[in-house]
Amino acid sequence: MSGSPNTIEKLTLEDARTLLDSGEVSSEDLTRETLDRIGALDGRLGVYCYVNTEGALLAAQQSDHRRAAGEVRSPLDGIPMSLKDVLITEGVRTTCGSRHLEHFVPPFDGTVSRKLAEAGAVLLGKTNCDEFAMGSSTENSAWGPSRNPWNPEYVPGGSSGGSAAAVAARMGVYSLGTDTGGSVRQPASLCGVTGLKPTYGRVSRYGLVAFASSLDQIGPFTRTARDAAYVLQAIAGHDPRDSTSQQIEVPDYVAALDNEGQSLRGLKVGIPREFWGEGLQPEVEQSVKAAIEMLGTMGAELHDITLPHTEYALSTYYIIAPAEASSNLARYDGMKYGYRAPGEMNSIDSMLMTRDFGFGAEVKRRIMLGTYALSAGYYEAFYKKAQQVRTLIAGDYTEAFKEVDVIVGPTSPTVAFRIGEKSDNPLAMYLNDVYTVPANLAGIPGVSIPCGFADGLPIGLQFLGRHFDEVTLLRVAHAYQSNSDWHLHTPDLRVENLT
Amino acid sequence: MLTPEEVRHVAMLARLGLTDEEVESLRVQLSDVLDHIAMLDKLDTSQIAPTAQVLTQRNTSRPDETIPSLQPEAVLLNAPRTEDGFFRVPAVMDDAKVGGTTDANRP
Repeated sequence: MSGSPNTIEKLTLEDARTLLDSGEVSSEDLTRETLDRIGALDGRLGVYCYVNTEGALLAAQQSDHRRAAGEVRSPLDGIPMSLKDVLITEGVRTTCGSRHLEHFVPPFDGTVSRKLAEAGAVLLGKTNCDEFAMGSSTENSAWGPSRNPWNPEYVPGGSSGGSAAAVAARMGVYSLGTDTGGSVRQPASLCGVTGLKPTYGRVSRYGLVAFASSLDQIGPFTRTARDAAYVLQAIAGHDPRDSTSQQIEVPDYVAALDNEGQSLRGLKVGIPREFWGEGLQPEVEQSVKAAIEMLGTMGAELHDITLPHTEYALSTYYIIAPAEASSNLARYDGMKYGYRAPGEMNSIDSMLMTRDFGFGAEVKRRIMLGTYALSAGYYEAFYKKAQQVRTLIAGDYTEAFKEVDVIVGPTSPTVAFRIGEKSDNPLAMYLNDVYTVPANLAGIPGVSIPCGFADGLPIGLQFLGRHFDEVTLLRVAHAYQSNSDWHLHTPDLRVENLT
Repeated sequence: MLTPEEVRHVAMLARLGLTDEEVESLRVQLSDVLDHIAMLDKLDTSQIAPTAQVLTQRNTSRPDETIPSLQPEAVLLNAPRTEDGFFRVPAVMDDAKVGGTTDANRP
């Protein structure tokens, strides 16, 4: 494998597995080559906030020993990957992109970290993200922005921008991110990769540093929908440590894709009339509509549908998510772990100084917004009101899924924007999330896959599905990828082009 | 439009010490967002039940069994300050001044 730099650029998870199974490459080869690539590219792209070099090589060697002994643990065994830095990893620094946790080395593994380790995954490192997953551009990390591999002057999206960029730049075969209002799907869209947000309750949140607990969900970034099926298989299921993870049987996702084949005959696809509004970039609209037309030629039945409360989703989200965040982030008081302001002072002054230094501007904005919405005299007008509108938004989807099997539209209203372009205008930044937040409010699964380019930057196609029906989402995404090659495009990352 | 006093009041509730510049920029930015959010008032929700979470399954319980937990040393590993196996925290009462020190940010 060494000496063939193109191999890694074309590699899917399934390809990597085939190469490992055939003995053509070892996990150590694959891991070393990926670490070299990270070493060459990351200075420019800022994708990783911690590179786990020694740990990764050790895990790769152990995987190679298992393979030699005929004790391969899973299809993920020996495959190098990364985790967003809000996912707790035992003994591996986890910062959440925050100064609060600059030196935090967790004494335990989160459930997804443990499951992947048990499956034999090789952890390359932790990927950069907006601080505590709050943002749509990965500019809000205390460690500096991540950059879009398609054009480093542009954002990779967020908040899981490092994970999306890592997969797009082939600095790891897959990655896990988290999606509270679109933080897997939107960066997947902006970086031209596949990003899946599972149903709320499908994947355990134990060891996911909480942002908004009724919305957060962990999901994979991969090159293909089939690869996403492998990763979801490894992380899905009930966990006694997360009472919101549901006791619902986990289907065999890969087998489901094999059985269903690539025909979409009889599949009812809903096109919401509310998803083509103001702010949608014309090139995005054209590409997404062309993709929908193709679904029709592949046998899908296309139906116009209505989701009448769509326009209220963003405002609802920007009350509920900050309210939950303001409560969750109360724990960063500098008492038991993390940063504490230096100097001798009483506890209130200590907290005020600790939190002023520890949090960045966007996290402060959301804590303030959430605290305001929950404070005496405003609770009914803001928080309760938002919870009531959430009922209406979720109801829109319940009604729609009586008529159709899957809903399709754009993931993000525009392609990637320039670094710095929206950082002084929080409201403009929040408008990026207009097509992604409803899925979190309704708890339904969603996936974004590439469907075109505008000005050399990727465009994303979003599918939304019924609760716990990831199979249909993966099936339609896989069928589309079987008939298109947008997901196979690779950014030109010759080092001389990046400087 | 929020007043600087309102911003300072909310900041105190959230235990965020803010500079005067932060108070002013948050005042403007939060007011913008609140103006946008006010669009929810167009909807009559008087007859709508609130949704706190979307799952249909309600309460879950697990067997009440003893399982191993972290060792005290592991728990204290990330503490800003410790003493004799305890977290050492700043005084809650005003008199005793015990806080973090410059070694607060280990390692």
